[in-house]
Formats: sequence, structure tokens, C-alpha cells
Amino acid sequence: MSDLLFFNGLRTLALLQIFVFLTILIFLFYFSRQALAEFGWGFFFNSKWSPNQQQFGALAFVYGTLVTSAIALLISVPISIGSALFLTEIGPAWLRKPVQILIELLAAIPSVVYGLWAIFELAPFVRSSIQGPLAAATSFVPFFQGPPSGIGLFTAGLVLAIMITPTITSLTVEIFKSVPRLFHEGALALGATTWEAIRIAVVSPSASGILSAVVLGLGRAMGETMAVTMIIGNRADISAHLFSPAATMSSVIANEYAEADAGLHLSSLTAVGLTLLLVSLVVNSISRLIVWRYRSFLKGVTK
Amino acid sequence: MIFGRGERTQRSILQLGIRPDRRWKNILMLGLIHLAAAVALVPLFLVFYHVIKMGAPALNWSFFTSLPTPVGEKGGGMANALLGSLILVGLGALLGVPFGVLGGVFLAEYGRGKVAATMRFCVDLLSSLPSIIVGLYVYTILVVPMKSFSAYAGGLALAILMFPFVTKTTEEVLRLIPNHIREAGLALGIPRWRVVLSIVLKGAIPSVSTGVILGVARIAGETAPLLFTAFGNRNWPTQLGGATPSLPVQIYSYAISPFEEWHQQAWAGAFLLLLIVLLFNMVARYLVFRTQMGKAR
Repeated sequence: MSDLLFFNGLRTLALLQIFVFLTILIFLFYFSRQALAEFGWGFFFNSKWSPNQQQFGALAFVYGTLVTSAIALLISVPISIGSALFLTEIGPAWLRKPVQILIELLAAIPSVVYGLWAIFELAPFVRSSIQGPLAAATSFVPFFQGPPSGIGLFTAGLVLAIMITPTITSLTVEIFKSVPRLFHEGALALGATTWEAIRIAVVSPSASGILSAVVLGLGRAMGETMAVTMIIGNRADISAHLFSPAATMSSVIANEYAEADAGLHLSSLTAVGLTLLLVSLVVNSISRLIVWRYRSFLKGVTK
Repeated sequence: MIFGRGERTQRSILQLGIRPDRRWKNILMLGLIHLAAAVALVPLFLVFYHVIKMGAPALNWSFFTSLPTPVGEKGGGMANALLGSLILVGLGALLGVPFGVLGGVFLAEYGRGKVAATMRFCVDLLSSLPSIIVGLYVYTILVVPMKSFSAYAGGLALAILMFPFVTKTTEEVLRLIPNHIREAGLALGIPRWRVVLSIVLKGAIPSVSTGVILGVARIAGETAPLLFTAFGNRNWPTQLGGATPSLPVQIYSYAISPFEEWHQQAWAGAFLLLLIVLLFNMVARYLVFRTQMGKAR
């Protein structure tokens, strides 16, 4: 009797958690209906965002999110994979645990602390040591230009790269550890050099696993809010310059939501949130799918 | 296996007698891997260095005891934000911990049906949800009907961010407990719910609390979901139904302000926040370490 009670109590809790998840979708949709009804699909293809003129389009934010995340991945993926190889294959045994703890510590630092650090330390560094020389050396390439403030797409991407490196690294470490050891020894026995053995017997079989880790990192980069909001400059522009200020989906919400007046502005911001939610759900589901397929692949190999 | 992981490779870094291009490529790639690990750690040291350098001198007694001062006035502190953070994290944990732990118990002990599978899926997706989305959600379900920012809303947002994490860690930990322990309890005629609560869960308390502590550390530093749920406040938080200040939000608003004194306060706040988060992480690690030692004995 009491057993049944206990079970049903727990089940109610579980249903409540599922309920929370579903209501997130429903409520965000409900609160953005005004904007979606007003602008329709054009909402996603219009880059004009002007609360004064009651004109709202999300394209500039989608662009900002995509570009910053892409920069973050470009920087972070090679570093993460290298670190994971260091932690599983070639680092000296006594150094592995401390390095792993330190890399995991990077994930514990709150986003707002990264943001503060980025404003006062990273942005001036980017301005004087990366943007300046790069813009001077490539003055004929418009892509590398932009106002010399250190605030903008590139710095935001750089901070994101720092923040997602621990995520991708620790997931990749798990993947590498799950590759059967015999692959590696087989490659060495056939005369492969250390690097060749790693490439053939560690990296290649893990390819889809690494991909899922990267996609998960992408999901984190797209949803990350505070550090990006503090460093990206918050301008709803689509700019072809790497160093110019921009805005992402999460940064515009963080910036304007509390002050927005009820009506079209608030509704449009919620619609941006809904877009972010859907994109993040899709990205995370893709990552899960890859992991499942990878696991069944591994089971097939080690049987 | 004769050789442990990595032992073989250390002996053969030079790999003499191998075709030069392969040998050089080997040395180059191994060098790059070492470099990657070093580069990954650089930001950690830089962030710590700058936060300590700027924050430690700015942290003084009045930081903990006084209210923020208006622009231009020296001194002042974040006492209100510290109290506010305590309230918000407390509310979040009060709601998130039981939800998370019991959810984990459900998944680990009764986790076979359709409900459990759906829940596992939802918890997975919830745990990777952008935190600002949770803020939006709580805004629509609590702030709009109550017509006011509140500590309840902030606490709820933090709880929603916390419980998927606690659920996952609790499930994992309980799954490690061997089945014969449950069977022994059941064989003694103890009802199943007592077996689950007093034997399985009780035995796992150190590991479960590790998950809880890490969860608390995570929500203590969260800013985005508080921006439009708890909002902020330059005074003492006097009621749970009103706007409540918090340390991360205060750091944020000071950091983006144009005033030098406020930047100082932001650094001091960041230093304190970093210390708190680190402390929680170290306690969690210590608990893991102790349980592992206990098992080894």
C-alpha cells in the first residue's frame, strides 16, 4: 500500500518535470504569438530591429549567434581535441589529473566573471595586439576591419571559445577512453609512429563521438548569454567585419527584456527566445543522436 | 596488457630509424598536442590573476556590511546583494534539491516505463537549455501574473536550472549501488519504499550531496535567468514578493556602468563570487575523494 503511494508520488514528480519542459515551449510560443502574427515568417528574414519604429526582425541576431559560435568552434575545437589527447594518450601520467582538474575548473567560473574579465582585460588586448596588427597588415581585406574598440564579434567568439573548451574537452576525453585499447596497440605493433597510432586508432574511430561533443559545445556557445552580452557591443547590425559590434539572440534578450514595454517589443523578444530555444533543442538532439549511433557502433566492434 | 596507457609512447618519442618525414610529423604533432593543453590553461591563469589582482584590494569590510553608494561617493558595498543571493540560492535549492533527488530516485529505482523514458529525455534537454530561456519562461509564468519581479521568480528560475543536474547525478550515483543490497533489504521484509529511502538513498548520501553542492555552485553564479525574474535592487531585499538584488546581477550592472568606483566594486564582487564557487567545488571534490578512499579500504 505505502509502496504504491511512494511510487505514485515519485511518478507525479516525474510527470511534473516533463510538464515543466512542455510548458516552456507552450508559454514561449503563446507570448510570442503577437510578433509572429504581425510579421509572420518575415520575422526571421528581416534584419531591421527598431523598437522606436515598432519594426522587429531577428535576422541580425541569428547572424550574430552563428558568427560568434563559429569563431568559438574554430578556436576551441583544435585546442579541445589536443588537450583531450594530452589527457588520455601522451601527457605524463602525473600531470594528467591536475591538468584535467584545472580544465574542468574553467567550466566552474561564472559567466559574469568571464564577462567582467573580457571587458577590462581581453578587449584591450584584442584591440592592441590582435585587431591592430591584423587590420594594418591586411588593410585591403574588409573582413578584418572594424572600429578599433576591441568590442565585437571576434572578442565575443574568443570568450565563448574559452568557455566551451572544458565542455568539449571532457566529453572528448570520455570518447577517447571508450575506444578499445587494442586498436592502439595493434597500430603500434604494425610499426606506426606514436602520432600515426593516435590518428589511426584513437582519433579516427572516435570521429562521430568528437562530432557529438563539438555539436554539444555549439549548443552551449549559442545559448551562452552574460559574457557575450557584456562584450559584443549590442548593435543589431549585420556587418561583414570581424571586429565590429553586433548582437546575438541571447544578448538582445538580456539587454532589452527587463525594459521592454508590453506589446510588440516584448512579444518580439520572446519570439527571439523561442527561436533560440528551438535551435538549441535541435542542436542538442542532433548531438544525442550521434552519441547513440556511436555507442551502437562501439558495441558492434567490441563484441 | 603489459604496458599502461601512455607508457609505451613516452619511450618512443624520437622513434629513430623511421622514415624522416614520418618522424618529423610525429614530433610536430606531439608538440602541437602539448601546446594545445598549455593554451587551454592560459585563460584560467589569466582570469584568476586579474580577478585576484583587481578584486582582492577592493574587497574590504564595508563591502560585506554596507549598501551600495550613489555614483561618485566612495565606499559602499554589496551587503544587500549578498543577502539577496543567499535568499535566491536558498529558495532555488529548497525547491530544486528535493525535486532533483527524488527525480533521480525515480529514474534509478523505477526507471523502466514510458514515463521514465520521457522524463529522461526531458531532463537531458532541460539540462542543456540556455539559462536565459529559463528566465523568459519564469517571467511568463510568474512575473506577468504577479505583475512584479520577485524573489520567488528568481528562486524558481534557479530551481529549474538546478534540478535536471541533480536528477542526473543522483540517478548515476544510485545506479552504482549493487542490486544485492536492495535484495537483502527486501528479503528482510522491509517495504520497497523504505529500502529505497533508508538503505539505497541513505548509503549514497555523500555522493548525492556532491551533486547537490555542484548544483548549488552552478546556480550561485547564474546571472542571465535572474535579470528579469529577481531583477535587481539597490536596497535591502525586504520581501520575497519584490525585486531582489543578487551578487551576479550586481556585478553585471556595475561592470557595464561607466564609473570607475563601480568597476572596483564589480571586481571585488567577482573575486568573492569566484572564491565561493571554488570553495563549493573543492568541498564537492573532497567528498568524492573521501568516498573513493572509503571504497578502496
